[in-house]
Amino acid sequence: MKIELNKKDWALIIIIISVSFVSFISHYLLYGTGSDNVIVKVNGEITGVYDLENDDTININEGSNILKIKNRKVNMIQADCPDQLCVHQKPISSDHMSIICLPNKVFVEIQSKESSAVDAVTN
Amino acid sequence: MKNRVAFFGVFVALALIFSYVESLIPLQVGIPGAKLGLANLIIVIVLYKTDFKEAFLLSVTRVILSGFIFGNLASIIYSLAGGIISLCVMAFLKRRNSFSLYGISIAGGVSHNIAQLCVAMIVLHTKSLVYYLALLLLAGLMTGFVIGYISNEMLKRLSNINFN
Repeated sequence: MKIELNKKDWALIIIIISVSFVSFISHYLLYGTGSDNVIVKVNGEITGVYDLENDDTININEGSNILKIKNRKVNMIQADCPDQLCVHQKPISSDHMSIICLPNKVFVEIQSKESSAVDAVTN
Repeated sequence: MKNRVAFFGVFVALALIFSYVESLIPLQVGIPGAKLGLANLIIVIVLYKTDFKEAFLLSVTRVILSGFIFGNLASIIYSLAGGIISLCVMAFLKRRNSFSLYGISIAGGVSHNIAQLCVAMIVLHTKSLVYYLALLLLAGLMTGFVIGYISNEMLKRLSNINFN
């Protein structure tokens, strides 16, 4: 049983670092910046998934909230809630940002297509 | 023979405690399944002091018991895959006798993470988790190195104790 790091160990270490480096780089080359999804949830359940690239006006929850996607920005333009916090909130445009309308239980979040897979993994 | 059973019991208990302690340490990395693998310390030591069969039994027992005790049954399949594959990799490399304890421990840590990643990709039907390969390899490398160092120190001190 050898105790000190020998040449073969270093070879293994270098191989591991190179493979990890290559897979890291290739990921960015393959996926690029990717496109982001806009996820709309009412009461905890997903009611729609939209593409951030496509301009759209979305009726949420039978019109209690109206969401607008334009120029890669997501904005709540109308809501029937008393506080109107969601409408006054600044438009969101990046991963993991969200707009919430608590009284109507509406939750809108931007998820990049890769991280949406991660969110499904349990520890 | 009686000694072996007693030692095995002690090691199972130790491995369970180690995985519990490890679960108390909040891991900042946020990679699913990346952990210090402290329980692997026990596995490595048993592999070196006894044989593959003993270590294998220990690994499986520890995974199943810790799944029941700590209440995370779903994680059993991940830990089982990771544990069995990393143990097989380590035992195989140990036989070939060209790597030191550090190399074997590193190989064990890396293969553990790769196996868990593969299981996660199969279970969730998604290939996008490959994104984590780079981080998991590095994490496995580092934890394997640390475990290698600690088990080296422990084996030095256990050299006069015979587990048979």
